[in-house]
Amino acid sequence: MSAARDQETYYAGVRMVPYDLVKELALALLGTALLILVLATAFSSPDVPPVTIQSWAQADPVGFEGTAVQELQGQSTSAQYGPPYNHGTGSVQSFGFIQPQEWAGVHLPVDPARDFVLQPLQTASAGNPQLAAALARYRAASPSQRSRWLDAYAHALDKATVRAGQVVVAPGSYGPVAEMLSGLLTIARSGGLDGQLRSSTRFYQTDFTRPLLFLGDGDYFAGLAEKQHLLGSQWGMMNETGSYPGQTWLWLYTMWYQIPPYNSSSSADLLVVLTMGVLTVALALVPFIPGLRDIPRWIPVHRLIWRGPSR
Amino acid sequence: MSAAIDPEARGSWTLALRRYLLRRLPPEHLLPERQPAFVRSWTYVLGAITLASLVWVVISGAVCAFFGPQWWHVSPQGRFFNSLHFWGTQVFFVFMVLHLWAQFFGAGWRDGRALTWVTGVLLFVLSIGTAFTGYLSQENFDSQWIGVNAKDAMNGAGIGAFFNVLNFGQMYGLHVLLLPGGLLLFVAVHLLLVRMRGVVRPLSETPR
Amino acid sequence: MDNPATYLHWGFILISVPNAALILGMIVLFVLALLAPFPGHSGDRSEEHRER
Repeated sequence: MSAARDQETYYAGVRMVPYDLVKELALALLGTALLILVLATAFSSPDVPPVTIQSWAQADPVGFEGTAVQELQGQSTSAQYGPPYNHGTGSVQSFGFIQPQEWAGVHLPVDPARDFVLQPLQTASAGNPQLAAALARYRAASPSQRSRWLDAYAHALDKATVRAGQVVVAPGSYGPVAEMLSGLLTIARSGGLDGQLRSSTRFYQTDFTRPLLFLGDGDYFAGLAEKQHLLGSQWGMMNETGSYPGQTWLWLYTMWYQIPPYNSSSSADLLVVLTMGVLTVALALVPFIPGLRDIPRWIPVHRLIWRGPSR
Repeated sequence: MSAAIDPEARGSWTLALRRYLLRRLPPEHLLPERQPAFVRSWTYVLGAITLASLVWVVISGAVCAFFGPQWWHVSPQGRFFNSLHFWGTQVFFVFMVLHLWAQFFGAGWRDGRALTWVTGVLLFVLSIGTAFTGYLSQENFDSQWIGVNAKDAMNGAGIGAFFNVLNFGQMYGLHVLLLPGGLLLFVAVHLLLVRMRGVVRPLSETPR
Repeated sequence: MDNPATYLHWGFILISVPNAALILGMIVLFVLALLAPFPGHSGDRSEEHRER
């Protein structure tokens, strides 16, 4: 079947007029170039510097230590998360029998207590006998003893003050925990913890999972995001820092998070993924879906697209 | 149409392929100098503007990629090219969605053009993915926040370890090579389909 | 442009002014594309049917 014959038949009786496609594209290229140049020159682009463990520890030392305690207690979001990081259940999503998170399993193992706190402290304790002794004492203690120390310290942080960048708590039975956290805070404030969390045994590294999970466990990071209207509950997905337009095309993805039943579900993400999956497939299959494909006939915008005689 | 076929070339796969391609898309259809007279609306240029902005997005992106992902943070020229890339992306999405609206209300999938519509939706989805990995590659606060939040959706869907939004190297590679490659491939398919079939006739002329 | 944007709030809808302006602008552009007269081929009024 020849395409020439197909189009001949299809356009039978239709008047053909000159139409310069290449000129059209050339004009489009010129026009868009000018538009984009003007916008870029006038407004530049957003670039809020990244948060570092260092900036976090300096801006909110009490919050930083509080998060570190939670990591040791196994009570942080990351510690309780679940797949792909560990076998927790705190952030596991499901919808009826649909449990892809469980099915996927643990393939990005992260042990927050070890990876975010104990391992960096171990490295830092080289040449620091006091810190080394505190760590040894912690490691030698029973789980219940550690819990008592950690709970006491967490409680004390509620009334902590900050002096010269260091956290000051009321005297109490914290065992080696106070020493350990003070040591961790010192490393963090100096910038050493950022590097520690990134590197493993490899020289080259582009995976920022650990420092970002640690940051995400604290309130400081989310507090900065809230100021920029980037929280999920603030339609954050389609917003940008500053006064720049965001990813407006994500409006429907983020809309669901604002309304029931999504906004009160612990599996909101999975629900939205499923919803948008169905809608995207439906969009692709519009030509085959009766009703949907008839909307253009019911809402006759086409009368404006094709006006006047064409023959 | 062509010169007499060399008898020795009978059975040639090359000849068969050429004849097949010329049958499916003769050069006069690939680059026609005429269009049906009903092509008389500004909605027809929306696709071309989308394509044009994509060209500038790719070129500005290539410049940014050449100098590395940190360049735009440390150099005013880098910042400028990032701005071209940022606003180019905004313009691209604006006109792609307008083009979608126009094709939807014109029911552009009619008369054997369903595949053109399907590839169009695929392009929309690929564009969202390309933009998403781009936002993750910014190496600033925005990319940190997007990653920390998006990971929950990926993890919830069971693909978090396979598609780790916190792994900069992976997201960057997807953004500068794999996804644009897919995008350009399907843009070519989409455009070839449009040229092969020609533009759809007015809706009033297609019976239910 | 680096200062946080102003946000508009109607019911459950919360949208930044830049985003709202962009979406509104898109609707205006679409309407203009539908209504604006397209340069016609006024010199080519002859009934010219497709050749070949």
